[in-house]
Amino acid sequence: MGGLSHYLERAGLPTAGISLVRRQTEHIKPPRALAVDFELGRPFGAPNEPVFQRRVLEALLALFEAPEGPVLADFPDPPPGPPADLEGWSCPVNLAVGEQDLDDDEGRFKALAQEIELLRPWYDMAVSARGRTTYGISGLEPADIARFMADFIKDQNTPSPRPGIGVGQLLKWATDDLKAYYFEAAMARPGASSDVILADWLWGETVCGRLFLELCEICAASEDAMVKRLGDRSLVPHIQAHRRA
Amino acid sequence: MVFVRELPEAQQKRMLGQELPDFGEAPWATGPALASRRIAIITTAGLHKRDDRPFGAGSGEYRVIPGDTESADLVMSHGSTNFDRSGFQLDINTVFPIDRLRECRDDGVIGEIADFHYAFMGATHPELMAAAAADVAGLLKADKVDGVIFSPV
Repeated sequence: MGGLSHYLERAGLPTAGISLVRRQTEHIKPPRALAVDFELGRPFGAPNEPVFQRRVLEALLALFEAPEGPVLADFPDPPPGPPADLEGWSCPVNLAVGEQDLDDDEGRFKALAQEIELLRPWYDMAVSARGRTTYGISGLEPADIARFMADFIKDQNTPSPRPGIGVGQLLKWATDDLKAYYFEAAMARPGASSDVILADWLWGETVCGRLFLELCEICAASEDAMVKRLGDRSLVPHIQAHRRA
Repeated sequence: MVFVRELPEAQQKRMLGQELPDFGEAPWATGPALASRRIAIITTAGLHKRDDRPFGAGSGEYRVIPGDTESADLVMSHGSTNFDRSGFQLDINTVFPIDRLRECRDDGVIGEIADFHYAFMGATHPELMAAAAADVAGLLKADKVDGVIFSPV
């Protein structure tokens, strides 16, 4: 981000950027930056908080009025919204997927496909309520992703179901799609929620999370660089890494 | 998913201690008063139109986001798994503040909004973005942009 500022500014374009990692910005020294103490992934603070987002944006735009630089300003306020640790709250989505054997090749697929279907009404409600979904970068339907994941866990020579897209790349996009599906569905339920709690639910309580962890270990041992990259760093968040075997 | 300060120590060290290029002194371009500026957004969240190509690992490419793109038409294919995506899933303005920027234009805080915005995939080494950045700089100038705001994740 800071590097892009240098490139564009040298080309004569004034730039101003949000900084989520102040120490990096101090090193790169972009011309104008607004340091915010927000969660990674939320440069304008919080969702559905238009007044707060507008304040952040106007503070950023105001940096264009600075007479000289570099300028590294600090946004004074924390983001609004529920705290990340809502004691006593648990995700209300109760996924009774039955007694499928997750150590069995076909059982994995059935359990994941069943879980996906149990979430379907909430996912559909989320899409209806928000008028959008962030699912869809893999080009696969959720049930097809379940099949692909289960097949790959069983046999790492499973071909990519999308010609021209490598297995590692497609697994990355497919697992990101499933994460989006689960999060969007869970967030459609009423009641308090936070992204930290939702992540604990996905990674700690769902079949999907369990299979992601299994997939992660298989990928990390792969000789395919892209597949290995997925296992090493692009599937399980660091904050959930304690769940790995 | 978490604040940087809440990351495990090893991850903080990795993020903060990674080798960063030295760009030297910050260049300084100037422009008219804010209320007259034409503003574009560049996000490094790996956003793109649904029918556009997703970003691959380590991609230094960019994607074009036309100014009239509906929020329902934007998806994210960032390579990192270590930041919150639920904010984006609930409200695009958490990451790409297009509605807030339109309000600023309507209220006279800025002059105009660019016809095109651009997206990169962060977590790519800056030097791999240099060629694409030069291309985007030319496109922004052709769009008569004189203020670019950056939104990372």
